[in-house]
Amino acid sequence: MRHTTLIATLCVITLLLFAADLIVGGVMIAPGEVWNALTGGECTEATRRIVIDIRLMKAVVAVIAGIAVAVSGLQMQTLFHNPLAGPYVLGISSGASLGVALLLLGAPLAGISSAAASLGIAGAAWVGAAAILLLIAAVGSRIKDIMVILILGMMFSSGVSAIVQILQYLSRDESLKSFVIWTMGSLGDVTPGQLIILAAAVAVGLALAVAAVKPLNLLLFGEEYARTMGLDIRRARTLLFLSTTFLAGTVTAFCGPIGFIGMAIPHVARMLFRTGDHRVLLPATVLTGAATLLLCDIVSKALTLPVNAITALLGIPVVIYILIRQ
Amino acid sequence: MIELKDFSMGYGGRVLLEGVATSFRRGELTALIGRNGTGKSTLLRALAGLNTGYSGDILIEGKPLRKTSVPQLARTVAFVSTARTRVPDMRAADTVALGRAPYTNWIGRMQDQDREAVGKALEAVGMSAFASRTLDSMSDGECQRVMIARALAQDTPVILLDEPTSFLDMPSRYELASLLQTLAHEEGKCIIFSTHEVEIATRMSDTVALIDPPHLIHEGSKLFVENRHLDRLFSTCHSSPYGAGHPEHGSGK
Repeated sequence: MRHTTLIATLCVITLLLFAADLIVGGVMIAPGEVWNALTGGECTEATRRIVIDIRLMKAVVAVIAGIAVAVSGLQMQTLFHNPLAGPYVLGISSGASLGVALLLLGAPLAGISSAAASLGIAGAAWVGAAAILLLIAAVGSRIKDIMVILILGMMFSSGVSAIVQILQYLSRDESLKSFVIWTMGSLGDVTPGQLIILAAAVAVGLALAVAAVKPLNLLLFGEEYARTMGLDIRRARTLLFLSTTFLAGTVTAFCGPIGFIGMAIPHVARMLFRTGDHRVLLPATVLTGAATLLLCDIVSKALTLPVNAITALLGIPVVIYILIRQ
Repeated sequence: MIELKDFSMGYGGRVLLEGVATSFRRGELTALIGRNGTGKSTLLRALAGLNTGYSGDILIEGKPLRKTSVPQLARTVAFVSTARTRVPDMRAADTVALGRAPYTNWIGRMQDQDREAVGKALEAVGMSAFASRTLDSMSDGECQRVMIARALAQDTPVILLDEPTSFLDMPSRYELASLLQTLAHEEGKCIIFSTHEVEIATRMSDTVALIDPPHLIHEGSKLFVENRHLDRLFSTCHSSPYGAGHPEHGSGK
């Protein structure tokens, strides 16, 4: 069947890109040596460290992050009936930025540093992202119209961004620079300990996403139709919000906001598979997301640019194409 | 099948129906007519469980709608709204398959009987040849039929349709009305559809329900015509002499 062939092809492409991501880097290491480093064969200690501690870690993070933002984007597009929705429509990235800004910019301003630093950038970002989603979920539970929730999310994001701007304006150069670097996104700052948390949280988010497949299909024709076909709308919304917090919230916390991929990948998956059925779209989005972020990582390494610049440069043409096609 | 008891509803501060008592039976096709803004959609949405802003009771097989769970209601009432949603890349067969949601498992796995129901529903609306086509490649009328097939696949004793004949050309309107008639008579369904087509309402349905605020005149279609209730549709003022002078028209048939 066409879908099975496509899934298999995407699997192969993802594996090839994963391998390529291990080979490409600032230091030239031959594929044979990379293989040796991975399998415990003969190679120098430096090579082993570069391949395993840096490149392998980064490639695994790229796969996890790609899956997470793409799946979250798919969920938000279906929930909000909006082709331009992405993982950040509900203000997750603004919430995360606020957390990080308060930590990096606000804490020095207030004269506290040690206590705040112990929380860590990732922790602050996660708390910020979760806080804004909780706020939206709390307000949204009283709101019937899903479009109002979408607008609320956008308003909250703008409000939070304004606060972040104020913090930036008041901050000193060095703390400002570390904040700006965080906003550029990085797949390489995750420690092995953090990787376990990242992987576990994304796994939880994915499990919730699988549980949300039938609700997502029913939501394709709007919440009213979904209800007449037996869907508990409130439960479905909560499930999707939770899933997105675990997926996009965690990835943003550890890697910074990763732009455009979350919005663009679900469209690529739909175009490739020509279906609206989330039983197909979910695995399709998972594979396309992983492959795309691996590709972005390879390009960003080759050009030594921040990965967020690459995701935007690759994602924007896709989004424009979709707009023109519709 | 469906019973309205002391039923009142309004919309945006206006009273549309007050103290209505009537019932819609199995095996009957009912056309719901009325001028714009008299609450045809509001009533249908209330019957579908989408709108709870009414007083009195809606009983479905004796059970109050307010006390019926969403999954239970989905096995009893199917609804086709006026919303035109063309989901890109969504196949007609997958759309109709959504109607099986109340019967499928947590991920929506289709069994043989589900696939059979989908095939039958597509055939009933004459869209079998379009099963693999995507909605964005179809006309409004074709999408409309697919959405109706979805409601048929839901296999419910009650089907509510909000202006199903709009977007259809003249022959298709009659085809659709006769399909609804067949479903009501042969499968014993209780079908209510709103329409502006007086012809279709009076000639093809078994009963006609006219909303003439704040009354609901619900009678067998023959009797409805004989009693000249259609005149109410064409009276410019809602508070027509009939409305005030004949309170008995407000209930039953």
